[in-house]
Amino acid sequence: MILLGVLATPLVSQAQNVKIGELNSYKVFPAFLEPYKKGMELALEEINRSGGVLGRKLELVTRDDGGTPGDAVRVAEELIARERVNVLMGTFASNVGLAVANLANQRKVLFVASEPLTDKIVWENGNRYTFRLRPSTYMQTAMLVPEAAKLKKRRWAIVYPNYEYGQSATASFKKLLSQAQPGVEFVAEQAPALGKIDAGAVVQALAEAKPDAIFSSLFAADLQKFVREGNTRGLFRNTVVFNLLAGEPEYLDPLKDETPEGWWVTGYPWSEINTPEHKAFRDAYQKRWKEYPRQGSVVGYTAVYSVANAIRKAKSAETEKLVEALKGLQMQTPFGPIVWRAIDHQSTMGAYVGQLSRKDGKGTMVNWRYADGAKYQLSDPEILALRKE
Amino acid sequence: MSGSAVLLQFLNGLAGASSLFLVAAGLSLIFGVSRIVNFAHGSLYMVGMYVAVWLSAKVGFWVSVPLAALVVGTLGAVLEIALLRRIYRAPELLQLLATFALVLVIKDFALWAWGPEDMLGPRAPGLTGAVDIAGRQFPQFDLFLIVLGPAVFVFLHVLLTRTRFGILIRAATEDREMTGALGVNQRWLFTSVFALGAALAGLGGALAIPREPANLEIDLALVSDAFVVVVVGGMGSIPGAFLAALLIGEIKAFCIGLGYSEITLVAEFIVMAVVLVLRPWGLLGRPLAEARTPALAETDYALPRRAMLSLLIVLALVPLFSDAYALVLLTDVLVFALFAVSLHLLLGPGGMVSFGHAAYFGLGAYAAALLLLRAHAPMELALLAAPLAAMAGAALFGWFCVRLSGIYLAMLTLALAQIVWSVAFQWNAVTGGSNGLVGIWPAQWLGSRAAYYFAALGLCAGSIAFLWRIVASPFGQALRASRDSPLRAEAIGIDVRAQQWAAFIVAGTFAGLAGALFAFSKGSISPETLSVPRSVDALVMVLLGGIQTLTGPVWGAALFTWLEDAVSREVAYWRAAIGVVILLLVLAFPQGVAGTLKKWFSR
Repeated sequence: MILLGVLATPLVSQAQNVKIGELNSYKVFPAFLEPYKKGMELALEEINRSGGVLGRKLELVTRDDGGTPGDAVRVAEELIARERVNVLMGTFASNVGLAVANLANQRKVLFVASEPLTDKIVWENGNRYTFRLRPSTYMQTAMLVPEAAKLKKRRWAIVYPNYEYGQSATASFKKLLSQAQPGVEFVAEQAPALGKIDAGAVVQALAEAKPDAIFSSLFAADLQKFVREGNTRGLFRNTVVFNLLAGEPEYLDPLKDETPEGWWVTGYPWSEINTPEHKAFRDAYQKRWKEYPRQGSVVGYTAVYSVANAIRKAKSAETEKLVEALKGLQMQTPFGPIVWRAIDHQSTMGAYVGQLSRKDGKGTMVNWRYADGAKYQLSDPEILALRKE
Repeated sequence: MSGSAVLLQFLNGLAGASSLFLVAAGLSLIFGVSRIVNFAHGSLYMVGMYVAVWLSAKVGFWVSVPLAALVVGTLGAVLEIALLRRIYRAPELLQLLATFALVLVIKDFALWAWGPEDMLGPRAPGLTGAVDIAGRQFPQFDLFLIVLGPAVFVFLHVLLTRTRFGILIRAATEDREMTGALGVNQRWLFTSVFALGAALAGLGGALAIPREPANLEIDLALVSDAFVVVVVGGMGSIPGAFLAALLIGEIKAFCIGLGYSEITLVAEFIVMAVVLVLRPWGLLGRPLAEARTPALAETDYALPRRAMLSLLIVLALVPLFSDAYALVLLTDVLVFALFAVSLHLLLGPGGMVSFGHAAYFGLGAYAAALLLLRAHAPMELALLAAPLAAMAGAALFGWFCVRLSGIYLAMLTLALAQIVWSVAFQWNAVTGGSNGLVGIWPAQWLGSRAAYYFAALGLCAGSIAFLWRIVASPFGQALRASRDSPLRAEAIGIDVRAQQWAAFIVAGTFAGLAGALFAFSKGSISPETLSVPRSVDALVMVLLGGIQTLTGPVWGAALFTWLEDAVSREVAYWRAAIGVVILLLVLAFPQGVAGTLKKWFSR
């Protein structure tokens, strides 16, 4: 019976459609990925309503990758070999993204990594077939550095979740801030395990180092625990905090009336961005889903459009042509125009940098600016050296 | 650290210890009486958190706490009556499988009921602020926790030593059959203890909401912490759990205070490994009484040779008529079948439960990757040499493990596996850290999916046949004798520990081969290959297939892998769906799928 189940090939359906094979950890990171899925579906509906691509319908084949690289590779193989998708898209965690990128290179299939933040996916482990949409850990860290350097604080403490994202955010921040502000001191470093921060002890230990400022890359439950303990123990009273990602609605909204005032963060002030392109997106999204967009919504929406635009530019859904079309592709997004960089396959999608504030018992971002991803990059020779090209 | 910093971190440690103790105490009670390794204990805690956050918006925090404990206690009673009670007679580990399924179902239920976003609860009214201690701010609520932990301890202590109910619990912990023989209604006792343990988990969850948000990741994170506390303290010992919670809470706080926060990744597992090596029954535990359940109908480990040969031939012909993806999926099935069969050697004939079999799988995978990427060895060599690394690991760990027995042995395997995992996770320069290693592809001639499938088929089928052969060999007989009656085995001159150690080494080696095959089939590996879920998957496969048969693990691996693949594609709440399927299988086939089918056919 099992064998039959394994061997049964699904009926070939809608062979005319251009297929995007989207795999993601929907049930492991639902807070981000449910809005992401809604963003994708909105984009898909819009594209197909306006005639699809190449006169064909765009079709989304979604799969749950279980959140582990091993399962993700199997799922990607299914999308490639059985579903015969034209493009792979998706993934959330960095290790899963890297594993699928590696498979894409082996099977010579285009992979648009929408969400994983690791620098390595386009640099050290970058390959011909992999492109990444979101601003990387390096880029988002670099976006915060100008504000951090402006404050001229001498003693910095750092707290980060102990895995690659937190480690590389920390390393980049130390390097960039030391360049921008020679003589800066890093007086304490705390690396709690992801999802398991012992917030009381960490806040205490940071306070003992008497820092002027703190750089944090905590998010989700760790961030909420850290904020509440820090508020109770007065850690933030005389300390400025910089926190990657904390302005994204996924991580900001649960903080409600605990939202710490004045923190510098990267994020997405969805209610305040009133550019025409964002307004159009926000209205369409709210009309379709009866709720406001999150960061994930924008990523999902833009990822589908990126693939559609690449197909239009290439006038083909063939892998090699798509790869060439994506290189240097310019397109409009809810965040404004972006370019897919030819040199490292990174899009220049940016993020919003601003300060947290409380309004009616909810967290919001103030004093924000859009940080264009094109401006926060390593130099070309450095990138070429990393990509070993 | 200054004197006052030490004091503050000490208090932080106490607060952490109190909340750990609440959960661990419930787990310890449940295990003591019913011998159930309750994986779902963290899930009950999680439900307690969600219920408390949800209720506190309606009735206030302080009312929501007892209500949450009550709700979760009731849930525990229902689960015990509806599910666990039906399978007490099944092989012991099957209850573990059932609670694993509950974890999956409860997680998806929470996602469905409360949504994906973390829910930060309210602060505790009356205890929202901080007090000044040695010039620093310390939360009032943490002081309350510091008092509450010992209060619950005293309550449980009085309950256990001064009441009839407590006497029954202690009697059952010490000798379950004798208690039953004396006319104690075991059904009622088991249900009430399970409900009490669940209520304690719910209470712990509810009291955690002023400190951390209700979130969907807390269940597994918590249950491993709770297990460590219970085992370090000694299973079934409430004072032991209290002591262990203190020890671990303080060690963690001071690791952070002294600036060694990275160690918190594995601090508790290092503590557990050290404690178990020095004190095989935990700090305050006593040797477990031998359960006198009637010996399991000893499996005849006879092999349906003809059926297996025909299966092999069918498998060899698959590439002729299947699509490429079927080969990918079948390669996974083969790899996991070998992994499960190697674990079965320990679980079945060896009688040793391992919660850390992924250590050897991962060692094999990493060794293969490192040989290929760093030593630039040919792929064929890397594949065949990698199991040696797993063998070495198994020899080292096995030497310590076979000195223990039962649940303590299982938890030591878990601790050692976690230590290996943390090394892979942290050692960025060599192992690639949390991202792992990429670019581990097979040699050119094995590059196609079909070629690799044949290689996997040959190696896995050969290895599985060898492992099955071992069970019937004199060594296998001696191993089974050591399992069934260590005393008699020793009396006739069998070196029990030597047999067990050898079983560890053999099982580890083949798990390593499975890991190496896995690495080359995926092209990349990450610490996930060494992680607890990977170990649990293998356990589930063995138990699902049937621990008392030889071929069971193979069927279990096939069924589980196929389920994951098919269900996750077709069903949105696929984890719950898998959980439900496992529960149904557990209830319908208490001997495992292969075991029960065999029984039916032999009638």
